[in-house]
Amino acid sequence: MDQILLQILNGLDKGSAYALIALGLTLIFGTLGVVNFAHGALFMLGAFCTVSLNKLLTMEQVVLDETRMTAWGTPMEIRTPFVEAWFGEFGTTLVEYAVPLSILVAIPVMLLVGVTMERGLIKHFYKRPHAEQILVTFGLAIVLQEIIKAWFGANPIPQSEPDALGGMLDFGAAIGMTEGTITYPAWRLVYFLFAGVVITGVFCFLQFTTFGMVVRAGMADRETVGLLGINIDKRFTFMFGLAAVVAGLAGVMYTPILSPDYHLGMDFLVLSFVVVVVGGMGSLGGAVMAGFLLGILQSFTAMKRPAIFPDAADRTVGEDILNVWYTILEYLPGIDQIIIYLAAVVVLLVRPRGLMGRKGVMET
Amino acid sequence: MSFFNLSRRGLLKGSAALGAGLATPTIFTSSAWAQGYLNEPTGDTVTFGFNVPQTGAYADEGADELRAYELAVEHLNGGGDGGLLQTFSSKALTGAGVNGKKVAYVTGDTQTKSDAARASAKRMIESDGALMITGGSSSGVAIAVQGLCQEAGVIFMAGLTHSNDTTGKDKRRNGFRHFFNTEMSGAALGPILEANYGTDRKAYHLTADYTWGWSQEGSMKTYTEAIGWETVAAVRTPLGAGDFSQYLTPVLNSGADTLILNHYGRDMVNSLTQAVQFGMRDKVVNGKDFVIVVPLYSRLMAQGAGEAVKGIFGSTNWHWSLQDAGSQAFVKSFGQKYGFPPSQAAHTCYVQAMLYADAAQRAGTFHPCAIVEALEGYEFDGMGNGPTLYRAEDHQCFKPVLVVKGNENPTSQYDLLEVVDVTPTEKVMYPVDHPDFQGGDLGTCNAGI
Repeated sequence: MDQILLQILNGLDKGSAYALIALGLTLIFGTLGVVNFAHGALFMLGAFCTVSLNKLLTMEQVVLDETRMTAWGTPMEIRTPFVEAWFGEFGTTLVEYAVPLSILVAIPVMLLVGVTMERGLIKHFYKRPHAEQILVTFGLAIVLQEIIKAWFGANPIPQSEPDALGGMLDFGAAIGMTEGTITYPAWRLVYFLFAGVVITGVFCFLQFTTFGMVVRAGMADRETVGLLGINIDKRFTFMFGLAAVVAGLAGVMYTPILSPDYHLGMDFLVLSFVVVVVGGMGSLGGAVMAGFLLGILQSFTAMKRPAIFPDAADRTVGEDILNVWYTILEYLPGIDQIIIYLAAVVVLLVRPRGLMGRKGVMET
Repeated sequence: MSFFNLSRRGLLKGSAALGAGLATPTIFTSSAWAQGYLNEPTGDTVTFGFNVPQTGAYADEGADELRAYELAVEHLNGGGDGGLLQTFSSKALTGAGVNGKKVAYVTGDTQTKSDAARASAKRMIESDGALMITGGSSSGVAIAVQGLCQEAGVIFMAGLTHSNDTTGKDKRRNGFRHFFNTEMSGAALGPILEANYGTDRKAYHLTADYTWGWSQEGSMKTYTEAIGWETVAAVRTPLGAGDFSQYLTPVLNSGADTLILNHYGRDMVNSLTQAVQFGMRDKVVNGKDFVIVVPLYSRLMAQGAGEAVKGIFGSTNWHWSLQDAGSQAFVKSFGQKYGFPPSQAAHTCYVQAMLYADAAQRAGTFHPCAIVEALEGYEFDGMGNGPTLYRAEDHQCFKPVLVVKGNENPTSQYDLLEVVDVTPTEKVMYPVDHPDFQGGDLGTCNAGI
């Protein structure tokens, strides 16, 4: 039981990132009809908002200590971060909370990046074939990642979560199980909750505001909304910006989980597209659901039979089921690496519009 | 008798004398290698090809390799403070170039992809006239480029490549490796792990799914099982997986008390950081503290993993904190030029460039087969690793191996690893017929003509 819960937790945590990126991706496809291959790069840019703020907060004054020498014979550098020198403990706290604080930086930055990207490049490709949209956005993604590499180097740059939100959380005890049965990294649960808040926020924005209502109307029938005298293009531009913000925030909060480097976006891009296709192109609910489902599926297919596993006579029904599952996995080594793509193939064959896709979209 | 009234005998004698006269310089300098070779230098320079990852995941490591090569060229041509030429046991090189020619170089980008690495090496050989290719940060790339150099007929001096296969089943007569390998890592780490963690451990391996990962996993299994450890599971992870949580959660309930991360580069940074996030360093399993082992360390990777490396054992080819004259000379040269200490990748690449130049100088020619002959069985010292042998049978360097531990109290941003043991050469040396190195054949030297 504890193993199953652990894998579910892991799947939800992985699925959070997939769902957040796929949400923005499908939002762009649903509103503008654009297949945005630069969306992974937006996730990466969000992560580098954290890196930048952290670098800013840890900028150091360098004093040369002439009495101590380096191994190569130059005076040793004594480095002290400016914020700590100026603000003392408050400065230390600022540095410690750099990741959550980056949210405040990432929102305006990513909105600006998104709107600039849409106005400056994407809008010229609205009426062009999807293949051209893919080529130009993929090209843009490569340009963005090379710029990041030129500024920050190719190596991953580790970011730490605040101490208060780090460490392990006894999830088992929280749900009434024996203490220490299921422990999970606290930050990953924070990420899951954060994803829930962002997803709910986007849905509420689209569902309960006039702006959102118009956008939904535009997604259903752009032409008619235009004929009503509403400038739907402006709203869609904002939605592109919003999608960039969602991807950026997903990247910001992911930095303590995966040390960001310039290639981060590409790691998630293909997976997120698969999530969107499985969920249904343009379906927000589908993207979120598929994100979590595929995360859980991936997590379960990576399970391994523990060294100590009860014999047949001592097993419970649950353990019997687990035993069958382990046996299947032993016959399919490496299945976890391809399961998401297999699921996509099956969904495309059985239900080409995706789990929650609109009829007619991606079916021809 | 008129001057032009030559007899047949006289003409033959004259021709023989003229031929011998013209051939004299070559005969005296390279008796057996007079038949010419690919990219034989004709001007006053000789071109080396530095094939390093300039883009992709190992670009920072590649940049450090390139810095080291540029420093080596500077020293070979008489610039700077001479670096390791001051401490190298061979005194053939004097800083006046090699065989009377200044060293020039061209660079290629391997992108850490075998096909891209082969293409750039091919371009340097065919278009730029490079007669030696060196560099790289991956065993997959090293094996691919070594094969190409063998076919083309130039020398390959491998950079950072740690798989047994490079000098095992994929060894080539034209290829040489200074870097250590996974067998040596296992041999060096085994006794240290036994001394620190005992003989009753259950190990869980996470392994990068490519030639180096398999090789590392095999060697670690051999040496940990030899000290009594049980291997609970060995799970292959795709290269560049990013989030390893799905592979780490099964470890928590596997009954294992030791996690061996056969990962390098970004994979190592991510899997180690995430394993620490999953509380693995604070767990107690089977009544013992859970421990993590990273068999191959690099300072650049340790920098990426940050705090997570503290207290974790691994092995390395060289470290800038070593106190021998060679290491100190190299750190001084490199540090003064670039402002920070060199990585192990930089060190091995610098040494490889120097060893090639020295072999050419000793042979008196750049003929690949003469260089092979000069390097096979060559013993040297003063290059930062102590007395070293380039074994003739497999072209692998044998020297002491460093066991390192993530520094608990670093004094600077570079002071991330602490050398805890220097395992002597005899403890890491293996016989030529070691089963993990079987299946390959050096073949014959190829001069490209």
